[in-house]
Amino acid sequence: MMKNCEYQQIDPRALSVLPSSAQNHNEKKVQRPRRKWEVFPGKNRFFCDGRIIVARQSGILPLTLGLIVVTCGLFFAFDCPFLVKHLTVFIPVIGGVLFLFVVLSLLRTSFTDPGILPRATPDEAADIEKQIDTSGSSTYRPPPRTKEILINQQVVKLKYCFTCKTFRPPRTSHCSLCDNCVERFDHHCPWVGNCVGKRNYRFFYSFIISLSFLTSFIFGCVITHITLRTQAGKSIVQAIQESPASVVELVICFFSIWSILGLSGFHTYLIASNLTTNEDIKGSWSSKQGAEDSGNPYTYNSIITNCCATLCGPMSPSLIDRRGFLSDEAIPVVSASEIELPPFTAKNDSHMCTQSTKDVLERVVNSFDSHSLCPPGTPKTSPLSVEVSSATAPSAEASPLAGCSRQQDGQPVAASCPPFSRNSKRDSLHSINPAFRLASPSPSMTRATLILGDVPDLGFIPLP
Amino acid sequence: MAETHSLQDLQQPTVSSKVYVQRDYSSGTLSKFQTKFPSELESRLDKQQFEETIQTLNNLYAEAEKLGGKSYLEGCLACLTAYTIFLCMETHYEKVLKKIGRYIKDQNEKIYAPRGLLLTDPIERGLRVVEITIFEDRSIGSGR
Repeated sequence: MMKNCEYQQIDPRALSVLPSSAQNHNEKKVQRPRRKWEVFPGKNRFFCDGRIIVARQSGILPLTLGLIVVTCGLFFAFDCPFLVKHLTVFIPVIGGVLFLFVVLSLLRTSFTDPGILPRATPDEAADIEKQIDTSGSSTYRPPPRTKEILINQQVVKLKYCFTCKTFRPPRTSHCSLCDNCVERFDHHCPWVGNCVGKRNYRFFYSFIISLSFLTSFIFGCVITHITLRTQAGKSIVQAIQESPASVVELVICFFSIWSILGLSGFHTYLIASNLTTNEDIKGSWSSKQGAEDSGNPYTYNSIITNCCATLCGPMSPSLIDRRGFLSDEAIPVVSASEIELPPFTAKNDSHMCTQSTKDVLERVVNSFDSHSLCPPGTPKTSPLSVEVSSATAPSAEASPLAGCSRQQDGQPVAASCPPFSRNSKRDSLHSINPAFRLASPSPSMTRATLILGDVPDLGFIPLP
Repeated sequence: MAETHSLQDLQQPTVSSKVYVQRDYSSGTLSKFQTKFPSELESRLDKQQFEETIQTLNNLYAEAEKLGGKSYLEGCLACLTAYTIFLCMETHYEKVLKKIGRYIKDQNEKIYAPRGLLLTDPIERGLRVVEITIFEDRSIGSGR
């Protein structure tokens, strides 16, 4: 408390003066402010200015949609007129409602962020690195690290994700197709063209349930249709000849029903026991090892509560903030690797004044952060070198926050991490986390983990 | 290091280091942060105040993720409208997140900024950590 008066209060108004003073360096770099989705490091594609997110490969989503639309189209065109005449008008109405529900659920599942965890900022990654003892390891591929924690009196292992540079929260898994860590990862569904995770699991479930109803309904109606036709004195062959589309629908529905009903049943079981497909397949909670029952620590021990929690629980927002404007964190991170580059070039964000005070502070702070982490003794650059480096580094700006593992076109990007790990020795941060356990050596990894071990000199390390 | 920095003339604070308060998973996947007081803040902040801030944050997140009649109702209503209701309505979670944003701003203004610290809203870090930026102690540096 006695030191209060010694600290300079951060004055946001003074900070907002900063961008204009740096504008003279930025004449050449006036560009529209970019949104975060444009520099998203995972393998996703974005539409409608970041409102819609899909995996890179849409998989067989067009096929799924096509099958549904074609089958329903044939149903409405060929079966409904007959059935309306002979039975009731509600048949196309029910069919229409189900069809709508199926398509909406499908689109919602495909276009919703499944619960992607944003990657750790370089500072965070460096902080975690410091807390893990990698003494003596001079390789770029250290063994995978795990952390054990207690959840509801049960030991759970948290694994370290080398791509996202963070310890994965429980139930989170890294999807290699989308190259993202996804919370409560269930599986990557090619039919839907997206991962199924915490945020879109309920949409996925409503999709398969409504699809089960739809296929059963169409199947039943088509059977009724053909039966009614044969009852009018014709043979089956004649009936089929009169309505060939019905056969197509029958075949499609017959083959889909088994798999869809099976899948619905399986997921109903998973929801009732609060498991994910991932955990079920791996047998994470089955008690086959050892004498102790390693039960599921996440279950509420009540089917109803489990169902409600999974399907009707609160909708958490997307953590990746696709439509947010890019702060200047991304740019200084890369410029930190080119030591001469001052952070002024980063100050081209014209939205500075519209952000909250906190964001203003943070942005400036981060630009200073990269600057302060330059190795000591490096002469600060003059504005001249700014022009030179800025001309060569336009593509570097496209590098996202996870600068280390991002490939640039022919431009060697030194991992922004070596400066951090180097200066980590100067920091006085102590390890505050429980003991880490080193597991067996990992298999080869596709991304170089340059942040680990001692990097003797700050050379540029071209990525493969 | 800061001598040749021209920005010093504007008396900008420099970042000395950042402290990360990690998540506490002892209750499962609920958003909760560890209340253990980081040693780097010992010279700047009261342990009590820090714990109070983190505890309030934890309570707010618990409120956002609470399973109760209200959240079930919201979920069922959303399901019935094929989730189109979220186009016009804000979810309960989002409302609480805004509350959390206001709380953090308030804490920064009242407690943290006067001590040369800055709290970052965890949502900007993907709810992984609470980042506390420690600013350099200017008065101890070269006198200007």
